[in-house]
Amino acid sequence: MKFSVLAVGMATDPQVLDPGSTAWMLTASALVLLMTPGLAFFYGGLVRMKSVLNIMMMSFGAMGVVGVVWALWGYGLAFGPDALGGFVGDPFTNFGLSGLTTSIGSKAAGLPDMIFVGFQATFAIITVALISGAVAERVRFGPWLLFAALWVTLVYAPIAHWVWGGGIFGPTGIIGSKISALDFAGGTVVHMNAGIAGLMLAVVLGKRLGFMKDPNIRPHNLPFVMLGAGLLWFGWFGFNAGSELAADATAALAWTNTLLATSAALLGWLLVERLRDGHATSLGAASGAVAGLVAVTPACGFIDPIGAILIGVIAGAVCALAVGLKFKIGLDDSLDVVAVHFVGGLWGTLALGFFALPSTKTAGGLFYGGGLAQFWPQILTALIVTAWSAAMTTLIGFAIHKSIGMRVSEADELSGIDVTEHAETAYELLMVGGSFHPGDPHARTDAAEAHATAHAGTPAGTQAEVPAGTKAEAEGEAVRGRVSS
Amino acid sequence: MKLVTAIVRPERVAAVSAALERAGVNGLTVSQASGYGRQRGHTEVYRGAEYSSDLLPKVRLEVLVDEGALGAVMAAIEEGGRTGRFGDGKIWIIEVRDAVRVRTGERGASAIA
Repeated sequence: MKFSVLAVGMATDPQVLDPGSTAWMLTASALVLLMTPGLAFFYGGLVRMKSVLNIMMMSFGAMGVVGVVWALWGYGLAFGPDALGGFVGDPFTNFGLSGLTTSIGSKAAGLPDMIFVGFQATFAIITVALISGAVAERVRFGPWLLFAALWVTLVYAPIAHWVWGGGIFGPTGIIGSKISALDFAGGTVVHMNAGIAGLMLAVVLGKRLGFMKDPNIRPHNLPFVMLGAGLLWFGWFGFNAGSELAADATAALAWTNTLLATSAALLGWLLVERLRDGHATSLGAASGAVAGLVAVTPACGFIDPIGAILIGVIAGAVCALAVGLKFKIGLDDSLDVVAVHFVGGLWGTLALGFFALPSTKTAGGLFYGGGLAQFWPQILTALIVTAWSAAMTTLIGFAIHKSIGMRVSEADELSGIDVTEHAETAYELLMVGGSFHPGDPHARTDAAEAHATAHAGTPAGTQAEVPAGTKAEAEGEAVRGRVSS
Repeated sequence: MKLVTAIVRPERVAAVSAALERAGVNGLTVSQASGYGRQRGHTEVYRGAEYSSDLLPKVRLEVLVDEGALGAVMAAIEEGGRTGRFGDGKIWIIEVRDAVRVRTGERGASAIA
């Protein structure tokens, strides 16, 4: 990602609005936002029927909390002027986005600052949402929202500042001035970060009841997974090509590489499945596509199309092999966030050491004449991001879990988190019985109490003799009376 | 009067239903069922993890018949349901004391005519 671009031969003033690039970034930002509902479908299909609404709400909850936090202080922490030696941005300068509503070109030539803010907000949102897959089907909704706010503040914003905000990995930062790592659209900031955070949160919260025993813990709706993967792929063109922050040739390169790596990764995953398990599965196609999207994210603007295909096919194969690891160590990374996002993001980040094209930013990767010069900065950045995210996520997770509690009760987990956390069910399976009390949220409780009171006076053993019709009619009267009053 | 219950393959329901119609049956109850017999379950794979299911999807048919029609109904179910492989299902017969047509209150043979 770059923040000031002057087209060669044109003495363009970065403060003058570039309509073409602005139009593209308005569009790209909307595309990236769509990825989060897409992720909700992707994850939603992977969980059990009784948890689909909750996992989708973890994504939608992130859209709510992170959007607001981003405007208040998140953007400043990530992209404000250096504070604490480039460790974070100053959140006070632009608190509530003050001073940014009409300015142009502070972060990217010709772009209104507000669309840079919006574009970056969509990245923060999906990064938080990605974590939810590792702890699916067992987290209380309120504490999850608190986690989202704390995590984007203490983990995402600092790392975004280091890598993209001119912080410690920036050209003048304490690390960036000595070595320069490449991350076009967020292999470290988004995917490795979310992947390792998911792993640590899964360690803190523990596994689901029945993990590795209950045969019903398996995807309940693969068409949802395919739909989600399709929406993610579509939105990812905004994510990757938009990270150029301009409508130019590099954006076009990033776009096509996002297509090619994903195509190749889909095939790579299916090939592993066909050889290992005997069948190419729809879940494998969806998962392979996402693995390819993840891996090409850091690389898409820095590689050629053949590089993209190679990075993709390896990403698909490696991630397909990595999903089995959780069963070996007994870690319930429920929806394979680690195997897809951490492993895929790590591979894409390291792959730049082999496949990067020579440019003003790098001497090129190993296969393009640059030796291993680009490889070491890639590893170092990956390690630092991983260490910070792992440590801080563990801290935040423990703090919430040991204070207000982050897991639902065992009884609620067994009966289904959709009903107990949200008072909803995704699917109407048996449409008989029940009653309906429009506009009166207490009616159900009142009716239950009235029922209990009525029966309290009935001697035990005589209840069965009450004609069923009489009882139902009496309750019907009570309900009608309440509605008309 | 008898209750004929049959478990058949889901993909054979249409053939059984057509054969029953030809045999003059004008009422049939169908429900989804799962189970196993000599044909055991199957294996599914999600992201490389194998899930074995002991139960297979089947369809349960229930027909109330008069004594005289019993042979023809049994033959129709056999004809429509048979593939010759394990998993074609079972048919069994239960004695029924009485039946009522709810709309008219007719009882016995005329309730199922």
